[in-house]
Amino acid sequence: MVSTVFHSPLESATRHGSSSPSEAPSAAAAPVAQPCAAAAATPHPWRERVDGRAIALAVAAPVAGIALLIAIWALCTTKGGSFPTPAATFDSARELFSDPFYRKSPNDQGIGWNILASLGRVALGFGLAALVGIPLGFLIGRFSFLNRMVTPLISLLRPVSPLAWLPIGLLVLKSANPAAIWTIFICSIWPMVVNTAIGVQRVPQDYLNVARVLNLSEWKVVTRILLPAVLPYLLTGVRLSVGTAWLVIVAAEMLTGGVGIGFWVWDEWNNLNVPHILVAIFVIGAVGLLLEQALMLVARRFNHDE
Amino acid sequence: MRDDSKFIEVQGAEMVFKTKRGPFHALRDINLRVAKGEFVTLIGHSGCGKSTLLNLIAGLTRPTEGVLLCDQREIATPGPERAVVFQNHSLLPWLSCFDNVHLAVERVFGAKESAGQLKERVLDALTLVGMSHAAGKRPHEISGGMKQRVGIARALAMEPKVLLLDEPFGALDALTRAHLQDELLKIVERIQCTVVMVTHDVDEAVLLSDRIVMMTNGPAATIGDIVDVTLARPRDRVALADDINYMQCRRAVLDFLHNRHTRPQMLVA
Repeated sequence: MVSTVFHSPLESATRHGSSSPSEAPSAAAAPVAQPCAAAAATPHPWRERVDGRAIALAVAAPVAGIALLIAIWALCTTKGGSFPTPAATFDSARELFSDPFYRKSPNDQGIGWNILASLGRVALGFGLAALVGIPLGFLIGRFSFLNRMVTPLISLLRPVSPLAWLPIGLLVLKSANPAAIWTIFICSIWPMVVNTAIGVQRVPQDYLNVARVLNLSEWKVVTRILLPAVLPYLLTGVRLSVGTAWLVIVAAEMLTGGVGIGFWVWDEWNNLNVPHILVAIFVIGAVGLLLEQALMLVARRFNHDE
Repeated sequence: MRDDSKFIEVQGAEMVFKTKRGPFHALRDINLRVAKGEFVTLIGHSGCGKSTLLNLIAGLTRPTEGVLLCDQREIATPGPERAVVFQNHSLLPWLSCFDNVHLAVERVFGAKESAGQLKERVLDALTLVGMSHAAGKRPHEISGGMKQRVGIARALAMEPKVLLLDEPFGALDALTRAHLQDELLKIVERIQCTVVMVTHDVDEAVLLSDRIVMMTNGPAATIGDIVDVTLARPRDRVALADDINYMQCRRAVLDFLHNRHTRPQMLVA
């Protein structure tokens, strides 16, 4: 999410401009005469001339952004008050991360355990959602009757706030932890269902015609054509789902308690330990960013349009 | 008894598409016979239903009226005995060239032959179109002409009775196109299969075909006329450039397309 928002047009322009020379030789060599050898021998020219401006844009600009945020924060907190200064927050962060994995009591554990507990819930809830959502998306995409049947339900249920699902979970599952996982499940299932279904519907007719002319078996159609064709859409759904799951877990844990980063924030609020809350906000953001980036990396691996 | 003069037979085929603006009558009263081993091209202005007719022969669509037969059997579904080379190559981008061809070979011969034999078939087909060096490459790593060759290799590897080509060289530059036309001529001569090809290129039609089927403008297009190309084979494009017979065929097709059935104005706009 974050990375796409902060893409400057200048950055993409320089990238685009510097990549075009690398395409020129391979395009010229295309007709018949051993073009693959020519393409393989050409090194990537854009790697050789990395100019200072590109580095400035890639590194200096984000650093300047963070510096600006900290500067404004420092300015606003110079007079004192209940809001901690950046330095105080940094100190408490260092203290927290010096021993992230301690266990004093069930309600007093290191921040590392809290993050892992939250990630565990997200993994479980999201995993279940993927297990149900992806096949469901395939079925909806493949059979238009099912599509017409389920679409109104999805439109109705998708905008429901995560926390509205929590009482249902508590009622049915009678326990806090499964209820939190249920909330993750129900909130993160929709992007996967919808994106998978769209992906299946958008499989180019050409590929399906190939399947028909070759008279492929249904199994081969699914494994060799549908699955690879849908994968980019599916991964977009997964990315959105993980983002949603990570948003939801903090809210759910505030209400359910136990161990987890959401509960930890609430606990520190009750202790009026504001620096810890600020640290938690940064940690939640960083973990979300890492999840997103990891999935982007996976998605790039499976992008065959290039 | 089988009659090789009507290996493919189209009897009174009509094609009406249902669209949002009501029914669209694409093809009207199509009657065509293609002999075994014959090379037939379908030519006409864009939108005249050439590709629709080819899809009917392929079995990708069913006619609204009429019957299509191939080797005395009704064409009800597509099948590997009628291989199609699509206009935009339609290689699967996530498979290498080898795997794209292998997918076809495996389906047709997988039940009877060993893995080694299948592999050999794939490599033979790629060699036939001069693409064995790119077997491990993905489609996006090779040029348009090369993709089209792999598409042809995929079709040929199935050892089809009929080869159906839908404007296979339409997206290529003139030189690459000429080169692939020559290759196709050689290959078809060697394997002796029946070919139906859609094109809008008059020279291509005359150079390659035994008969040129010229279609009238749509809607409700039908076969306007058929030109027999009696040029001897093997054909050489340079030698043919001054050939009287070649020029007469070319003139007949041009006359049909540009004088008798000129391109409809509403389609130009």
